[in-house]
Amino acid sequence: MIDAEFVRAYEIAGADFTNAGRASTGIKETLKNMGLPSALIRRVAIAAYEAEMNMVMYARHGTMTLHVTPQDVTIDVRDEGPGIPDIALAMQEGYSTATAEMREMGFGAGMGLPNIRRNTDDLAITSEVNRGTALVMRVHVG
Amino acid sequence: MTDAHYHSIRFDTSACHGCMACMRVCPTEAIRIRRGQATMLEDRCIDCGECIKVCTKNAVVPLTASPAGLGHFDYMIAVPSPALYTQFDLDVTPGTIHQALRNSGFDAAATLSWSCGAVTHAIDLFLSEYRGPGPLISSFCPSVVRLVQIKYPELVDQLLPVLSPREVAAREAKQRASADTGLPLDRIHAVYITPCPAKMVSIVDHPGMDASHIDSAVGISDLFPLLAPVIREVQTRGAKVPETETAAGLGWAFSISLPSTLPAENTMSVWGLPNVLRILDDIDKGKLQRYTFIECHACFEGCVSGALTVENPYVARARALRLQQSLRKRDPVDPGDMRARHERGEFRTTVPFTMRPPQPLGRDIVTAITRMQERDRVAARLPGIDCGACGSPTCAAFAEDVVIGDADQAQCVVMRQGQLEEQIARMAAGGAPAVRDHNGARRSGDDRH
Repeated sequence: MIDAEFVRAYEIAGADFTNAGRASTGIKETLKNMGLPSALIRRVAIAAYEAEMNMVMYARHGTMTLHVTPQDVTIDVRDEGPGIPDIALAMQEGYSTATAEMREMGFGAGMGLPNIRRNTDDLAITSEVNRGTALVMRVHVG
Repeated sequence: MTDAHYHSIRFDTSACHGCMACMRVCPTEAIRIRRGQATMLEDRCIDCGECIKVCTKNAVVPLTASPAGLGHFDYMIAVPSPALYTQFDLDVTPGTIHQALRNSGFDAAATLSWSCGAVTHAIDLFLSEYRGPGPLISSFCPSVVRLVQIKYPELVDQLLPVLSPREVAAREAKQRASADTGLPLDRIHAVYITPCPAKMVSIVDHPGMDASHIDSAVGISDLFPLLAPVIREVQTRGAKVPETETAAGLGWAFSISLPSTLPAENTMSVWGLPNVLRILDDIDKGKLQRYTFIECHACFEGCVSGALTVENPYVARARALRLQQSLRKRDPVDPGDMRARHERGEFRTTVPFTMRPPQPLGRDIVTAITRMQERDRVAARLPGIDCGACGSPTCAAFAEDVVIGDADQAQCVVMRQGQLEEQIARMAAGGAPAVRDHNGARRSGDDRH
């Protein structure tokens, strides 16, 4: 039997601060509408928002693809951008490459990726410098 | 009396023309036009009254009591919203309004200054001891509370568990009346003079309390025509009216008077539901944690712009500021007494705020997945211009309505127009006439008979 799966993709434009956060709000609304537990939705929403802001701040372009199955909620994040040279370093709390401008807007505390890891059950990151970054983040429904 | 599904407004089907003004303005997309009539999605309505403000047919009826329909009780106390003081000319003082209320059949009029001041202290004392997740969200506007319960249920524990000035004022006035008259509390009736229907929600089903201290509410707009001549009478008689209010209460007509001990950079005031929605959305995403307290008002100009006020909200706000200046500045509250009352929990809500998420698309996850897939398929065929002619506020809302069986795709006039143009083009090209039914399946023209 093939399990039911809902898939929806969101396009993210780099440096588009006006619309920043819309994709993660859309994901959150969709999960609420599907009746998933609110504590789970909040975790997914926080992780999705951090990932979305990372793309808006650093990448040229990206996509977030939401997958919902009865077992888990997965967000597949892919961008074309500078990539992350040292993933282990980027995962450390407080490490940030944010510019003064981004810090001005309240970002750059070095909590993005650590926050994503804290709010997800599985997280896989792959990155290629000057090409882009891919994140697969998963939260179990059960 | 508690009723979790209670709403303070209803649509008058004989007056509604189905014009869609209310549907378009509804901030929670809780209105649909079906068969030419506005209908309410009860699990989404937050009773903000925006629909009342835009309806030109008086088809949205607030369920506040009419002054004549209040009934007879042994002792009746009027509890005026501070917004009431801003609805008359500046020479009409709160004291005059209190006298006019007493001349209009009320046995007493409650003073708000003490309760507004007391609640300011209570907020201060509560925040100084609070160690939970932040920021705390003000809970005095019933529409904001319902919005959190419905749309941001994860934030219910961040609603400020402090009683509103109107509840405190009603409780204190009833206790005083009982002591003065010897009547039991249940024979004393407190009537809120309200600027909006939403306060009815907190009377019938008070979030965070087993029961409200207020028993009913009369809209300012209903009372105004009766009260205005009595006020003139009081003024003409020229008797000296003692002033019971102080400046402390007036600010609450448009804003919460925040404790002065709270650093300004840790607080924020937000007016108007579209703005409140954006702020709650940010809090829900884990932002704004450095703020201690966020004051939220459903109405753009605070309570003076409620759906049941009569004066222009900007004029009302200017009057509130002028009145504040003319009244005594003295803080009516004794800080020592406040701490003792705070420690006895006299200003705290008594039960937790509940979550009230609306009905999801499906009862179980598999059904929800299937329906969400179907919703996206329907949405992809829609024009995406949110014209509203189908009776749903947006194409996205319409797609959901189709999936749950509350609407039919054939209601999309833009899609039908496209199909008609296609058909005409085909006929002009000499092809056989064909129609599509609303499922998109082509039938031959002969099947129509």
